[in-house]
Amino acid sequence: MLEIFQYDFMIRAFEAGIAIGIVAPLIGMFLVVRRYSLMADTLAHVSFAGVAIGLLLKINPIFSAIALSVVAAFGIESLRNSRRIYGESVLALFLSGSLAIAVIILSLAKGFNANLFSYLFGSISTVSTGDLLVIILLAVIVFFNVVFLYKELFFTSFDSELAEASGLPVRALNLMTVVLAAVAVAISIRIVGVLLIGALMVIPVISAMQYGRGFRFTLILSVIFSLVSVILGLFASYYLDLASGGAIVLVALIIFLLSLVFVKR
Amino acid sequence: MPLEPYIELDNVSFSYDGVSVIENLTFTVRKGEYLGIIGPNGGGKTTLIKVILGLLHQTEGRVVLFGKDRHDFKEKYRIGYVPQRVRQTDKEFPATVFEVVKTGRIARLGFFERFAKKDIDAVEHAMEISGIAKYRNTLIGSLSGGERQRVFIARALASEPDVLILDEPTVGVDIGAQKTFYDFLAKLNTDQHITIIFISHDIDAVSRETKTVLCLNHNLVCHGLPQDLLNEHILERLYGKHLKRAPHNADLK
Repeated sequence: MLEIFQYDFMIRAFEAGIAIGIVAPLIGMFLVVRRYSLMADTLAHVSFAGVAIGLLLKINPIFSAIALSVVAAFGIESLRNSRRIYGESVLALFLSGSLAIAVIILSLAKGFNANLFSYLFGSISTVSTGDLLVIILLAVIVFFNVVFLYKELFFTSFDSELAEASGLPVRALNLMTVVLAAVAVAISIRIVGVLLIGALMVIPVISAMQYGRGFRFTLILSVIFSLVSVILGLFASYYLDLASGGAIVLVALIIFLLSLVFVKR
Repeated sequence: MPLEPYIELDNVSFSYDGVSVIENLTFTVRKGEYLGIIGPNGGGKTTLIKVILGLLHQTEGRVVLFGKDRHDFKEKYRIGYVPQRVRQTDKEFPATVFEVVKTGRIARLGFFERFAKKDIDAVEHAMEISGIAKYRNTLIGSLSGGERQRVFIARALASEPDVLILDEPTVGVDIGAQKTFYDFLAKLNTDQHITIIFISHDIDAVSRETKTVLCLNHNLVCHGLPQDLLNEHILERLYGKHLKRAPHNADLK
């Protein structure tokens, strides 16, 4: 057995990483094709505020991150539907607003700054058994939601007006997509980090899109690219002592560049 | 005896931010009809279609679809819709023609329900009769405007609808392809017994192709047989200025 797998924390990191590696592009795909890539980054920043609240209140930061980002998902969708503000401005509002909240909380409660680095950039040594259970359980929920509602999510993403004319509850499906994205982001923080989870949701998808194939093929390819990024990134993180989030996203970027250069369209 | 009413509007009005878009429309579309809707830009044609489809809610009046109030009407698959903005479809969207046409079948399926063999057969048939079967695995964004139009018609036909509604279907389609397209619509109407409603700017095409015409400029200017209605007097009322019809095949010498 490889040395890397002799450590329980590494096995947990791989298990959580694989769960995240599957779920992140699965949701990311629906955000990218709706021209909503910035949503992942926005939710990540909201999650960061959630982490800060969790650290302050001494509760598991994953739970507070999920709770706050789900609340934000509802807020983003209702503001967007009100059409009083442009869609991307709503994202900018939540992104900077939640970062401001996080910074204020962190500066008020001095003392957990050492922990902070791991939440910003991901750390393989911080996934506890409890975290792992939560991550896998929520990843399974997100996965089956996408699998079972695939045709509805595809149709709504492709043409929301036609989907509505066909009787689909488009608003509810949009809200569900954003809530699932919020959950996917929050469970990814431990491994990939707040600042880089957006990249894991978007880069494997745009890499897969370079191959010019249909939606289902692109979705499966993006999951494969994401899993390769997570697995190679975790190996690099362990052997080269790098922040896991950075290593994972760098591998994803290399895959993107290779796809861009070698795929003729 | 008159044929079964498919779409009935009773005194329907729609206003947006206090501005009236359509006013007191009352008319019936019956089984087998081939109706053309004409009128000036901003006259409420697309709004009318969206009210029928339930994408907009009328501020007054009642819409009845297949004998049921629109709010209680659940069989959405009975109406196939081809929107105006087909040519503006996101060219980067990673979907094949087959994946797009399959969405036409979703109105017949429940949540979590997967496509069965009969659904796939209907999708294949719709692609076949629309002449796009050869593009099955082609990305929608790589097709020309006219080809994409046919994909969206196949999408609407995949639900095996009783009514097909098309909004400005021939904009951007060259004259030769228009003839083929109108022949195709006529065939759907006569051979497949699909009731057709199409919005067009092309008064000549409407008068030549359709069995009935509805003229709309916020309110109903006329409704009846094309030969009885499309005279200069009506066109002046519709477009607000003196217009003279010059058919496409008129001798201009």
